[in-house]
Amino acid sequence: MRDLFLLGNGAGFSGDRVDAAIPVVRSLLRRGLPAAMFFECLAERTIALAQIEKRRDPEAGYEPMLERLLEPILTDCARAGIPILGNFGAANPPAAARCVARLARRLGLPGLRIGVITGDDVSTTVDLDALTPHEADAGFDMAEWRLVSANAYIGAAPLAEALARGAQVVVAGRTSDPSLAIAPLMHHFGWAEDDWQALALGAACGHLLECGSQVTGGVFWDPGFKDIPDPADIGFPIAEVGRDGSLVITKPEDTGGIVDLRVVKEQLLYELHDPAAYVTPDVVMDITGVTLAEQGRNRVALAGVRGHARPERLKVTACYEGSWLGEGEVSVAGPNALARARASADVLLERVRRRGLARRARADLIGVSAVHDSDDGALWRAYDGPEPPEIRIRLAVESTSRDDAEQAAREALAMLCCGAAGTSGARWRVSPRILTRSFLIPRERVPTEVTVREARAWN
Amino acid sequence: MELIEVPLHAVAHSRAGDKGNRLNLSLMPYDPALYPLLAEQVTEARVLALFRHRGATRCTRYDLPLIHAFNFVLDDALEGGVNGALNLDGHGKSHSFRLLALTVRVPAEAIRRRHPGY
Repeated sequence: MRDLFLLGNGAGFSGDRVDAAIPVVRSLLRRGLPAAMFFECLAERTIALAQIEKRRDPEAGYEPMLERLLEPILTDCARAGIPILGNFGAANPPAAARCVARLARRLGLPGLRIGVITGDDVSTTVDLDALTPHEADAGFDMAEWRLVSANAYIGAAPLAEALARGAQVVVAGRTSDPSLAIAPLMHHFGWAEDDWQALALGAACGHLLECGSQVTGGVFWDPGFKDIPDPADIGFPIAEVGRDGSLVITKPEDTGGIVDLRVVKEQLLYELHDPAAYVTPDVVMDITGVTLAEQGRNRVALAGVRGHARPERLKVTACYEGSWLGEGEVSVAGPNALARARASADVLLERVRRRGLARRARADLIGVSAVHDSDDGALWRAYDGPEPPEIRIRLAVESTSRDDAEQAAREALAMLCCGAAGTSGARWRVSPRILTRSFLIPRERVPTEVTVREARAWN
Repeated sequence: MELIEVPLHAVAHSRAGDKGNRLNLSLMPYDPALYPLLAEQVTEARVLALFRHRGATRCTRYDLPLIHAFNFVLDDALEGGVNGALNLDGHGKSHSFRLLALTVRVPAEAIRRRHPGY
């Protein structure tokens, strides 16, 4: 019999559907093959927000939905020997491990082995100014910004080590997303750390699965053009990986969604730049020779992925806080809505300018042009199409102080009395802004530590 | 052969992704037979022009003929990206449909097979 390993995904981002893993695990149990589950919960800035939480409460700063995600599947996975991996540790992997341990004890699994990976947080151990800058958000004036977090994207090796030491749940912070998929494959098939061809297969598997439903119909469906069964119950993906280098993407039976050539192509190219060089800490993946084939319903096979030697340096993403985002919205509707909306946008911008509340301000006419527009409103100012029945006017500012951002946002509220005829429905909010910069660091400067203990011993 | 002008959306699909201030847009024709025609008409210059108003500085197209796909990478198209932008869509994920609004000239029969309304 072929040596097949099944890999299921239960979340593609922090905020994903919390019940997604249940049918995936049910499917893995039914098939009875060696398997693992992974959860990807950590976008670039999520870790900074988690760090701010941890500052407020030393036991916080990990994925807030962790317990809700794991509770329905933990017992089944533990009994069936299906390890669970995730970057749900965010800024505080040890606290996340304690959370999993409490859950395990409550479920009657005090012997559950929980592994924790630390070392990705380099905020106190590395002088960022001495590193090679990689990329930065636009409009950065470093003098005004305070460092919140700095984390290196670590690879699959420490995760695989935790599995080798018997971990049934592996809690990580910042890892590269595909590494969460590579690690259980590395562990199962015994791949060497320099087997670039094998690791590239793992990277392809991770890349396709790391965004959960995006490879099974999420952000894909387009009524009348790309219809999928039951978008309210999209089955999350399962990969079948063979020792012979085969890879098939599928999903649980009895779920909605779709796995076909179209959706797999979309996800293969998602967030990808040069198709010949997709860089992960474990391997550089080249998809220029990839071919895809449908193998029956909801099954797509991928072949031809190539691997090249991993980079010598790891990426570090640093997050900074320092300014505030203020947003306010009001609506207009009915005859002459377009003229009232345009004038309202200009009045809001003028109020912010006269009061000196913002470093940067923009107005959107939602229903005319917003998400495709520019800060100067080039598209809505030039719009000469039909009159929309309703328009929502949005003001957004970046301010140096929270108070200025709030005052600017409240200008939308004031339009309820001072605005154009028929202005209604004001909402406003203020939130902290996080900007990021990335650097490259020699990998030997990011030592990682793996700790594996039973649930009863995590206190 | 009769050619008609249609939005890309009638003949192709796309997904947007981001990394910092850089946007990538995949583009795949539903019918692989249209791949050469899209290669000819959906040029780097035309795609860059779609994002000029947002300050995009460069567009690179990578061709993946084995899977009948293109990958467009646009530098500086996201007004600072998910963290820096004041835009509601800081990730730029809606931009796949800005690309799909671009028009192309395709054989009428190719389009009428899929969408009899054209």
